[in-house]
Amino acid sequence: MKIRVLVSLKPGVLDPQGRAVHHALEGLGFKGVDDVRIGRTVELDVADDTSDQALNDMCEKLLANTVIENYKIEKLG
Amino acid sequence: MAFRSAVITFPGSNCDRDMAVALERISGTAPVRIWHGDAELPDGLDFIALPGGFSYGDYLRSGAMAANSPIMREIIRAADRGVPVLGVCNGFQVLTEARLLPGALMRNASQHFICRTVSLKVENAQSLFTQGYAAGEEIQIPVAHHDGNYFADEATLDELEAESRVAFRYVQNCNGSRRDIAGVLNKAGNVLGMMPHPERAVDSAHGGTDGTALFEGVVKALAKA
Repeated sequence: MKIRVLVSLKPGVLDPQGRAVHHALEGLGFKGVDDVRIGRTVELDVADDTSDQALNDMCEKLLANTVIENYKIEKLG
Repeated sequence: MAFRSAVITFPGSNCDRDMAVALERISGTAPVRIWHGDAELPDGLDFIALPGGFSYGDYLRSGAMAANSPIMREIIRAADRGVPVLGVCNGFQVLTEARLLPGALMRNASQHFICRTVSLKVENAQSLFTQGYAAGEEIQIPVAHHDGNYFADEATLDELEAESRVAFRYVQNCNGSRRDIAGVLNKAGNVLGMMPHPERAVDSAHGGTDGTALFEGVVKALAKA
Protein backbone atom coordinates (compact mmCIF):
# COMPACT_ATOMS: atom_id res chain seq x y z
CA MET A 1 0.00 0.00 0.00
CA LYS A 2 1.35 3.41 -0.95
CA ILE A 3 0.96 6.12 1.65
CA ARG A 4 1.71 9.77 1.37
CA VAL A 5 2.25 11.78 4.54
CA LEU A 6 2.04 15.54 4.21
CA VAL A 7 3.83 17.36 7.02
CA SER A 8 3.15 21.08 7.35
CA LEU A 9 3.96 23.76 9.88
CA LYS A 10 1.14 24.56 12.27
CA PRO A 11 -0.70 27.81 11.65
CA GLY A 12 0.97 30.58 13.62
CA VAL A 13 4.42 29.01 13.47
CA LEU A 14 6.71 31.36 11.57
CA ASP A 15 8.06 29.83 8.38
CA PRO A 16 11.17 31.82 7.39
CA GLN A 17 11.77 29.53 4.42
CA GLY A 18 8.25 30.12 3.12
CA ARG A 19 8.69 33.84 3.61
CA ALA A 20 11.94 33.87 1.62
CA VAL A 21 10.27 31.92 -1.20
CA HIS A 22 7.33 34.34 -1.10
CA HIS A 23 9.73 37.25 -1.60
CA ALA A 24 11.43 35.39 -4.43
CA LEU A 25 8.09 34.80 -6.19
CA GLU A 26 7.32 38.49 -5.90
CA GLY A 27 10.78 39.22 -7.25
CA LEU A 28 9.93 37.12 -10.29
CA GLY A 29 6.92 39.31 -10.86
CA PHE A 30 4.17 36.94 -9.70
CA LYS A 31 1.30 38.99 -8.25
CA GLY A 32 -1.38 38.06 -5.80
CA VAL A 33 0.54 35.49 -3.75
CA ASP A 34 -0.75 36.04 -0.21
CA ASP A 35 1.35 33.52 1.68
CA VAL A 36 3.80 30.66 1.15
CA ARG A 37 4.27 27.80 3.61
CA ILE A 38 6.74 25.00 3.02
CA GLY A 39 6.17 21.46 4.20
CA ARG A 40 7.46 17.99 3.55
CA THR A 41 6.11 14.95 1.77
CA VAL A 42 7.03 11.46 2.94
CA GLU A 43 6.06 8.56 0.69
CA LEU A 44 5.81 5.16 2.29
CA ASP A 45 5.30 1.74 0.83
CA VAL A 46 3.83 -0.37 3.62
CA ALA A 47 2.25 -3.80 4.06
CA ASP A 48 -1.43 -3.81 3.09
CA ASP A 49 -2.50 -4.78 6.59
CA THR A 50 -0.75 -1.80 8.23
CA SER A 51 -3.27 -0.29 10.64
CA ASP A 52 -4.30 3.35 10.74
CA GLN A 53 -3.08 3.35 14.31
CA ALA A 54 0.39 2.27 13.21
CA LEU A 55 0.47 4.98 10.55
CA ASN A 56 -0.56 7.57 13.09
CA ASP A 57 2.13 6.36 15.47
CA MET A 58 4.77 6.67 12.74
CA CYS A 59 3.77 10.29 12.27
CA GLU A 60 3.57 11.09 15.97
CA LYS A 61 6.84 9.43 16.89
CA LEU A 62 9.05 10.37 13.99
CA LEU A 63 7.71 11.77 10.74
CA ALA A 64 6.27 14.94 12.26
CA ASN A 65 7.26 16.98 15.28
CA THR A 66 3.81 17.73 16.66
CA VAL A 67 5.14 20.66 18.68
CA ILE A 68 5.42 22.62 15.44
CA GLU A 69 3.94 20.46 12.69
CA ASN A 70 0.64 18.96 11.57
CA TYR A 71 0.44 15.88 9.41
CA LYS A 72 -2.06 14.39 7.01
CA ILE A 73 -2.03 10.76 5.91
CA GLU A 74 -3.22 9.95 2.39
CA LYS A 75 -3.73 6.39 1.18
CA LEU A 76 -2.84 6.19 -2.47
CA GLY A 77 -3.84 2.53 -2.77
CA MET B 1 35.72 11.38 44.17
CA ALA B 2 36.19 10.98 40.45
CA PHE B 3 33.64 12.74 38.29
CA ARG B 4 32.14 10.12 36.01
CA SER B 5 30.83 11.72 32.87
CA ALA B 6 29.94 10.51 29.40
CA VAL B 7 29.95 12.25 26.04
CA ILE B 8 27.69 10.73 23.41
CA THR B 9 28.80 10.68 19.78
CA PHE B 10 26.27 10.35 16.98
CA PRO B 11 27.29 10.01 13.34
CA GLY B 12 27.75 13.67 12.42
CA SER B 13 28.51 14.98 15.91
CA ASN B 14 31.43 17.40 15.65
CA CYS B 15 31.74 19.02 19.06
CA ASP B 16 32.10 15.78 21.00
CA ARG B 17 35.85 16.15 21.34
CA ASP B 18 35.57 19.77 22.49
CA MET B 19 33.04 18.69 25.08
CA ALA B 20 35.29 15.85 26.26
CA VAL B 21 38.30 18.17 26.52
CA ALA B 22 36.29 20.72 28.53
CA LEU B 23 34.97 18.07 30.90
CA GLU B 24 38.38 16.52 31.44
CA ARG B 25 40.08 19.84 31.97
CA ILE B 26 37.53 21.06 34.50
CA SER B 27 36.74 17.82 36.34
CA GLY B 28 40.17 16.24 36.14
CA THR B 29 38.73 13.00 34.80
CA ALA B 30 38.31 12.08 31.14
CA PRO B 31 34.69 11.31 30.21
CA VAL B 32 33.66 7.97 28.81
CA ARG B 33 32.99 8.22 25.08
CA ILE B 34 29.77 6.53 24.04
CA TRP B 35 28.72 5.68 20.49
CA HIS B 36 25.10 6.21 19.46
CA GLY B 37 24.56 2.54 18.67
CA ASP B 38 25.62 1.41 22.14
CA ALA B 39 22.68 -0.04 23.96
CA GLU B 40 23.92 0.66 27.48
CA LEU B 41 25.42 3.43 29.53
CA PRO B 42 28.08 2.64 32.13
CA ASP B 43 26.82 2.42 35.71
CA GLY B 44 27.20 5.28 38.15
CA LEU B 45 27.40 8.18 35.70
CA ASP B 46 27.38 11.64 37.28
CA PHE B 47 26.81 13.56 34.07
CA ILE B 48 25.89 12.99 30.42
CA ALA B 49 26.66 15.45 27.63
CA LEU B 50 25.07 15.51 24.19
CA PRO B 51 27.40 17.52 21.95
CA GLY B 52 26.87 19.82 19.00
CA GLY B 53 27.11 18.84 15.38
CA PHE B 54 24.86 17.59 12.64
CA SER B 55 23.78 14.16 13.82
CA TYR B 56 22.56 12.03 10.92
CA GLY B 57 23.11 14.97 8.61
CA ASP B 58 20.07 16.73 10.12
CA TYR B 59 17.92 14.29 8.13
CA LEU B 60 14.17 14.80 8.60
CA ARG B 61 14.64 17.48 11.29
CA SER B 62 17.70 18.47 13.33
CA GLY B 63 18.05 15.94 16.12
CA ALA B 64 15.11 13.80 15.04
CA MET B 65 17.07 10.71 14.06
CA ALA B 66 19.44 10.87 17.04
CA ALA B 67 16.48 11.20 19.39
CA ASN B 68 15.39 7.74 18.30
CA SER B 69 18.79 6.05 18.42
CA PRO B 70 19.37 3.12 20.82
CA ILE B 71 21.46 5.07 23.30
CA MET B 72 18.76 7.74 23.66
CA ARG B 73 16.40 5.25 25.24
CA GLU B 74 19.04 4.74 27.94
CA ILE B 75 19.62 8.47 28.29
CA ILE B 76 15.90 9.10 28.75
CA ARG B 77 15.88 6.46 31.49
CA ALA B 78 18.94 8.00 33.13
CA ALA B 79 17.41 11.50 32.96
CA ASP B 80 14.21 10.18 34.53
CA ARG B 81 16.34 8.79 37.38
CA GLY B 82 17.80 12.26 37.89
CA VAL B 83 21.19 11.95 36.17
CA PRO B 84 22.19 15.42 34.93
CA VAL B 85 22.08 15.74 31.14
CA LEU B 86 23.47 18.71 29.19
CA GLY B 87 22.62 19.12 25.51
CA VAL B 88 24.47 21.80 23.57
CA CYS B 89 23.38 22.99 20.11
CA ASN B 90 22.53 19.78 18.24
CA GLY B 91 22.36 18.17 21.69
CA PHE B 92 19.59 20.65 22.60
CA GLN B 93 17.77 19.77 19.37
CA VAL B 94 18.07 16.08 20.24
CA LEU B 95 16.68 16.70 23.76
CA THR B 96 13.61 18.50 22.39
CA GLU B 97 13.04 15.82 19.76
CA ALA B 98 13.33 13.19 22.49
CA ARG B 99 10.76 15.23 24.50
CA LEU B 100 13.09 15.53 27.45
CA LEU B 101 12.68 19.28 26.99
CA PRO B 102 9.64 21.19 25.71
CA GLY B 103 9.53 23.14 22.46
CA ALA B 104 11.42 22.79 19.20
CA LEU B 105 14.39 24.41 17.47
CA MET B 106 13.42 25.80 14.09
CA ARG B 107 15.38 27.35 11.24
CA ASN B 108 16.88 30.72 12.26
CA ALA B 109 14.49 33.54 11.41
CA SER B 110 17.19 35.12 9.24
CA GLN B 111 17.61 31.82 7.34
CA HIS B 112 21.36 32.25 7.84
CA PHE B 113 23.78 30.03 9.70
CA ILE B 114 25.15 32.18 12.51
CA CYS B 115 28.61 31.67 13.95
CA ARG B 116 29.78 34.28 16.44
CA THR B 117 30.08 35.06 20.11
CA VAL B 118 26.90 36.39 21.69
CA SER B 119 25.96 37.87 25.05
CA LEU B 120 23.73 35.75 27.22
CA LYS B 121 21.90 36.78 30.35
CA VAL B 122 21.85 34.19 33.10
CA GLU B 123 18.17 34.06 34.06
CA ASN B 124 18.28 31.28 36.63
CA ALA B 125 21.47 31.01 38.67
CA GLN B 126 20.05 28.40 41.05
CA SER B 127 20.12 25.37 38.80
CA LEU B 128 22.74 22.63 38.92
CA PHE B 129 24.16 23.94 35.66
CA THR B 130 24.07 27.68 36.34
CA GLN B 131 25.00 28.00 40.00
CA GLY B 132 28.50 29.10 39.02
CA TYR B 133 26.99 32.33 37.71
CA ALA B 134 25.17 35.24 39.32
CA ALA B 135 21.54 35.87 38.42
CA GLY B 136 21.37 38.53 35.74
CA GLU B 137 25.05 38.15 34.90
CA GLU B 138 25.95 38.66 31.25
CA ILE B 139 28.33 36.13 29.76
CA GLN B 140 29.94 35.77 26.34
CA ILE B 141 29.47 32.38 24.70
CA PRO B 142 29.82 31.38 21.02
CA VAL B 143 26.88 30.21 18.94
CA ALA B 144 27.16 28.26 15.69
CA HIS B 145 23.86 27.04 14.32
CA HIS B 146 21.30 27.12 11.55
CA ASP B 147 18.37 25.79 13.56
CA GLY B 148 18.41 27.62 16.87
CA ASN B 149 15.12 29.45 16.72
CA TYR B 150 13.41 28.24 19.89
CA PHE B 151 9.69 27.73 19.54
CA ALA B 152 7.07 26.71 22.07
CA ASP B 153 3.43 27.72 22.36
CA GLU B 154 2.48 30.59 24.65
CA ALA B 155 1.17 28.33 27.42
CA THR B 156 4.43 26.37 27.49
CA LEU B 157 6.50 29.57 27.48
CA ASP B 158 4.45 30.95 30.38
CA GLU B 159 4.98 27.72 32.29
CA LEU B 160 8.73 27.80 31.63
CA GLU B 161 8.93 31.35 32.94
CA ALA B 162 6.72 30.69 35.96
CA GLU B 163 8.89 27.73 36.95
CA SER B 164 12.19 29.60 36.35
CA ARG B 165 13.14 27.11 33.69
CA VAL B 166 14.61 29.65 31.29
CA ALA B 167 18.31 29.25 32.10
CA PHE B 168 19.75 31.71 29.58
CA ARG B 169 18.40 34.42 27.31
CA TYR B 170 20.07 36.18 24.38
CA VAL B 171 20.77 39.81 25.22
CA GLN B 172 20.19 40.47 21.52
CA ASN B 173 18.04 37.88 19.86
CA CYS B 174 20.17 36.37 17.09
CA ASN B 175 17.88 33.68 15.68
CA GLY B 176 14.22 34.59 16.28
CA SER B 177 13.81 32.51 19.45
CA ARG B 178 10.58 33.07 21.32
CA ARG B 179 11.18 35.36 24.31
CA ASP B 180 14.92 35.41 23.49
CA ILE B 181 15.34 31.95 24.99
CA ALA B 182 18.82 30.43 24.60
CA GLY B 183 18.61 27.60 27.14
CA VAL B 184 15.87 25.77 29.04
CA LEU B 185 15.68 23.33 31.93
CA ASN B 186 13.34 20.40 32.42
CA LYS B 187 10.87 20.40 35.28
CA ALA B 188 13.16 18.47 37.62
CA GLY B 189 16.12 20.72 36.79
CA ASN B 190 18.50 17.92 35.82
CA VAL B 191 18.31 18.44 32.05
CA LEU B 192 19.58 21.60 30.36
CA GLY B 193 19.49 22.30 26.65
CA MET B 194 21.19 25.37 25.21
CA MET B 195 22.15 26.53 21.72
CA PRO B 196 25.33 28.43 22.71
CA HIS B 197 28.51 26.39 23.24
CA PRO B 198 29.96 26.70 26.76
CA GLU B 199 32.59 24.09 25.87
CA ARG B 200 33.98 26.53 23.30
CA ALA B 201 34.64 29.11 26.00
CA VAL B 202 36.84 27.36 28.55
CA ASP B 203 40.32 28.50 27.50
CA SER B 204 41.69 31.99 26.97
CA ALA B 205 42.84 30.79 23.55
CA HIS B 206 39.13 30.36 22.70
CA GLY B 207 38.76 34.11 23.13
CA GLY B 208 36.84 33.77 26.38
CA THR B 209 36.35 31.54 29.40
CA ASP B 210 32.77 32.31 30.42
CA GLY B 211 31.76 28.70 29.81
CA THR B 212 34.05 27.41 32.54
CA ALA B 213 31.69 28.34 35.40
CA LEU B 214 28.98 26.08 33.99
CA PHE B 215 31.17 22.97 34.15
CA GLU B 216 32.82 24.01 37.41
CA GLY B 217 29.44 24.53 39.04
CA VAL B 218 28.28 21.07 38.02
CA VAL B 219 31.53 19.39 39.12
CA LYS B 220 31.51 21.15 42.50
CA ALA B 221 27.85 20.42 43.17
CA LEU B 222 28.19 16.75 42.29
CA ALA B 223 31.40 16.37 44.32
CA LYS B 224 29.49 17.56 47.39
CA ALA B 225 26.53 15.27 46.78
